[in-house]
Amino acid sequence: MLVLWAVATVTFFAVRLIPGDPAEAILGGPGSQTSPEALAAVRAEYGLDQPVLLQYLSQLGRLATGDLGRSYALNMDVGPLVFSQLGGTLILALLALTVAWLIALLLATWSTGRGRLARQIGSGLEIVAAALPHFWLATTLIVVFSVWWGVLPPISTMDARGLVLPVITLAIPLAGFLGQVMRESLTIALESPFVLSARARGESDRGVLWRHALRHAALPAISLSGWAFGSLISGAVVVETIFARPGLGRTLLNAVTVRDVPVVVGVVMIVALAYILMTVLTDLASRLTDPRPIRTPTGADA
Amino acid sequence: MSAAEQVGARRPNPALALRVQNLRVGFGDPTGEDAVRGISFEVRAGECLAIVGESGSGKSVTARSLLGLAGSAARVNADELSLAGESVLGLSEAAWRRRRGRDVGLVLQDALASLDPLRPIVREIGDSLRLHTRLDAAARTRRVLEILEAVGLPDPHLYAGRRSGELSGGQRQRALIAAALALDPPLLIADEPTTALDVTVQAQVLALLDQVRSQGTAIVLISHDLAVVGRIADRIAVMHNGRIVETGSAADVLGAPEHPETRRMLAAVPVDKPRGSRLAPTPTGAAGGTAPTTVSAPSTPEPVPALAGIGLTKSFRGVHGTTHLAVDDVSFSLPRGGTLGIVGESGSGKTTTARLALALTAADSGEVRLFGEPWSTLPERERRARRPLVGAVYQDVLGSFDPRLSVREILQHAVAAAAGSGPETPGRRSTAVRVATLLDSVGLAQTLLERRPTDLSGGQRQRVGIARALASDPRILICDEPVSALDVSVQAQVLDLLDELQRELSLSLLFISHDLGVIQHVSDRVAVMQNGRVVESGPAAEVFTAPAHPYTQALLSAVPRLI
Amino acid sequence: MSELEIQLSAGTQPGDGDRATRRGRVPGRVTAVELAAGLLAAFLLTAAVAPRLLAPGDPLAIDPLAAFGAPSWSHLFGTDESGRDIFTRVIDGARDSFLIGLAATLIGLGLGAILGVVAGTLGAAVDFTVNRFLEVLFAFPGLLLALLFILVFGPGPGSAIVAVGLSTAPGYARIIRAQLIRVRSSAFVEAATVQGLSRGRILTRHILPNTLAPLLVLGTLGVGQAIVWAAALSYLGLGAQPPAAEWGAMLSAGRTYITSAWWMSFFPGLFIVLTAVCATALGRSIERRMRHA
Repeated sequence: MLVLWAVATVTFFAVRLIPGDPAEAILGGPGSQTSPEALAAVRAEYGLDQPVLLQYLSQLGRLATGDLGRSYALNMDVGPLVFSQLGGTLILALLALTVAWLIALLLATWSTGRGRLARQIGSGLEIVAAALPHFWLATTLIVVFSVWWGVLPPISTMDARGLVLPVITLAIPLAGFLGQVMRESLTIALESPFVLSARARGESDRGVLWRHALRHAALPAISLSGWAFGSLISGAVVVETIFARPGLGRTLLNAVTVRDVPVVVGVVMIVALAYILMTVLTDLASRLTDPRPIRTPTGADA
Repeated sequence: MSAAEQVGARRPNPALALRVQNLRVGFGDPTGEDAVRGISFEVRAGECLAIVGESGSGKSVTARSLLGLAGSAARVNADELSLAGESVLGLSEAAWRRRRGRDVGLVLQDALASLDPLRPIVREIGDSLRLHTRLDAAARTRRVLEILEAVGLPDPHLYAGRRSGELSGGQRQRALIAAALALDPPLLIADEPTTALDVTVQAQVLALLDQVRSQGTAIVLISHDLAVVGRIADRIAVMHNGRIVETGSAADVLGAPEHPETRRMLAAVPVDKPRGSRLAPTPTGAAGGTAPTTVSAPSTPEPVPALAGIGLTKSFRGVHGTTHLAVDDVSFSLPRGGTLGIVGESGSGKTTTARLALALTAADSGEVRLFGEPWSTLPERERRARRPLVGAVYQDVLGSFDPRLSVREILQHAVAAAAGSGPETPGRRSTAVRVATLLDSVGLAQTLLERRPTDLSGGQRQRVGIARALASDPRILICDEPVSALDVSVQAQVLDLLDELQRELSLSLLFISHDLGVIQHVSDRVAVMQNGRVVESGPAAEVFTAPAHPYTQALLSAVPRLI
Repeated sequence: MSELEIQLSAGTQPGDGDRATRRGRVPGRVTAVELAAGLLAAFLLTAAVAPRLLAPGDPLAIDPLAAFGAPSWSHLFGTDESGRDIFTRVIDGARDSFLIGLAATLIGLGLGAILGVVAGTLGAAVDFTVNRFLEVLFAFPGLLLALLFILVFGPGPGSAIVAVGLSTAPGYARIIRAQLIRVRSSAFVEAATVQGLSRGRILTRHILPNTLAPLLVLGTLGVGQAIVWAAALSYLGLGAQPPAAEWGAMLSAGRTYITSAWWMSFFPGLFIVLTAVCATALGRSIERRMRHA
């Protein structure tokens, strides 16, 4: 909650820093011929004629009641606009997160315990995947799958086929990051004494992996999922634009381009809210997977 | 009655549980030296064979080879390797899996890491049953509870659902042993099973292993500690550089060692060795140092002690607002030129006491006085001028060196720091001379100057640590577990060095350790700590021969001794 | 968490060095990966410093007859809508892309180092404030902070640099603060206190050098990330604009012709990927070497 308030404050004052008169922006941006009367009317309508502090407080009040204000450019309330776009982005992000998890798990389990070559291939793939920019991956995928082979639509349609390329685009780089942490913790787990103990009980390689190592490997990846979700939403800006897919990301980019301040603020607030929720959820999930108490710094004897 | 029959009658000759002939294990480069170079031994049912050696002797690799777990990089060869009379040489992985847990069990050091920290112990122990029997889940749980009770965990249902992190050290080690014994295998291999444990817990675990042995299980006990294995081993094999150099009954090996390596290891054990006697052979080979010049502990009417703690109390705040009293009304007095040993098990507050003595942590109440003058109560700025009087030697000596520095730089910094408080800073040449002298005084070659501590052995590192502490010509050395991380023979050398330095420089030593043997060997006075309090203190001779407090008595009876 | 923190924590396989030494391999020896990354880095740096060495042609030479040429021997990467040689333009774009990435990294790293060190040294109150501030910044995931900045200051290469720098700064700050706290509570700092060193000298002699030692690693890893982010902004039309040879801008220009001339966007993007991979590989190898030095 505190973070949300701070986010609202930061965005509010950042927006105040924007050179130029917001009222002009509402009426078509600077340069457009507007009468002083029209400006005054707009200022009154949007409350821009009041002192900054009052504006800030009234905005906070409105935010608290869930009112995100009114778009300058689209002439509609931001709240409904943002929520209508939220669903598409959420589906995209959650699907991508799932796919990324699967890819990372497969790669990590395949490349550990198979010798140095497999390890290096795995780590190499992960580094490359993590370095792939969404915008390039998306265009390359479009060229291959849509232009050359024609198997998948280049523009995101609403059916499942239209989701494939955007999801893959978002999932691959994320899988690179998740795979790195998973493989590292998997390696540590496989080298730890409890795995030796399990083997000494007659446990097979597969048993060791499923019963012991995978859980340890998933731990850091689970706690990373909050961050991953955030980076997916940021990636959605690019991906939704390229695949012409309606969603928060594209709405945000359009709003930034035309300086539609309330929409930007609204989207940022919603994203921050979703991100914080996701972080709380992942914390909960990692607590469930690892019930060990968090290590406490005590001064007692080691 | 023929002679043969007589022998047979005297020795019932129980079944052979394990027989190893000419075992060789190598890693990596086939032309390189093997880790295990042709060893042979056998163990019978109800017998405990101890394999003893220092780190790098090849004992752990041997243990793992007996389960086919030496790793994919290992080349294991032997003329014979048989479990319960059946050869297991060249067994397939699947065949090994069927035997592991059923025919042979393994107990490792450090149960915290050896039991999966994310799984409750009931599942960990039940795994052997799941893998080798057709019992259903409920039957497995019942059996696990029985085993837990058998290894000395009463009310097992209280513990079964816990994870290893939620158990005490002793409970954990019992659970680990239970996991290895779940199917009652005829052979148990225990690799350093008591190494990280407190002495009292160690004694309990050894007693448990002894009981397991008496029920007919053959045990191979791997350890670095001759005194520990002396408690339960029937026979001892001493390993050195991948070979068994001596083997025989426990009494013979400990009482009349033949091989020089065995003698060296035995001599290095500090338990019951009088104060001032050497533990390691002198570098020159001369036995000159053996003269028991007991540092005449100042018997003169008590002058002001070098360092004195008066009513020290320190508590720490836990996570949930709970306070934990780490040090509770502790007083101590370190005589000038003498050694005060503080001994206690983990959690007894001895490290906190060391930090209070070094004035690194402020006490909640009470104070530490240095040569009768205020020390812990001074503001750090004023204390700094007196810091050179007190040196410190740490257990984690590597961590106490700035990782960017070489040995030379470490000592240069120390010399400069010591001089920084004095009137003039020394020139470059005099610093270099001083660094060389320091290195000499701890018996290190000048060629090590440019090395980094990470490239040194554990013993060398600790010597550099001591040299650094000596840089300021301190009157007092505070040593917190200075030898705990070292092999016995290296530990012996470091203890000898500290003893020598103390006499030459008439240092006062505050020596903190969990190891009663070490404390007994080095101390003039002893303070025994338990749960943050000093439960008994006095002249070492008195405390060790006639302990008054029940805790001290328990500690002393738990200490493994050589015969 | 930030990308950098992941890269840094996963950068070194556990026991990698130990295993290497155990097998008798010299930890200091150059591995194949390092060699490849080094050669690639040399190539890219040459492109940035002296593009004419690698691509002697004129990046602006227009040849309408050769427009939209597919990759061939005369035009390795093909040509664009005005018949300009894409290989030449990609090589030429290295300088702008690098400068933008480097400048953004310097801003981010500089701000991050200042914030991290300030938080770690000036006491609990400052630490608390800086931490809350960082937490707020972390609530804007990824590019969102950069977008917000661009909203305020308008698009363009300059504000893209600052935007990327600002949005990476919290990540750097957190890493540096964590490192500083680790160093501050380390045994060797305590040992220095016992030796009677003053707080100031401990700070300058032990704490700061050991805290700032990983800056080189961070910077190397960060440049790759910064180039990717800056290119993303250019691609979205918020950073460098199309006539510029910056890779993101070139990609953006090629977007229109993606169905007919894939090479226009493929090759600039490939160079972004190569640069990022190269930076990651080098960053990790420096990290490993520093630990084993």
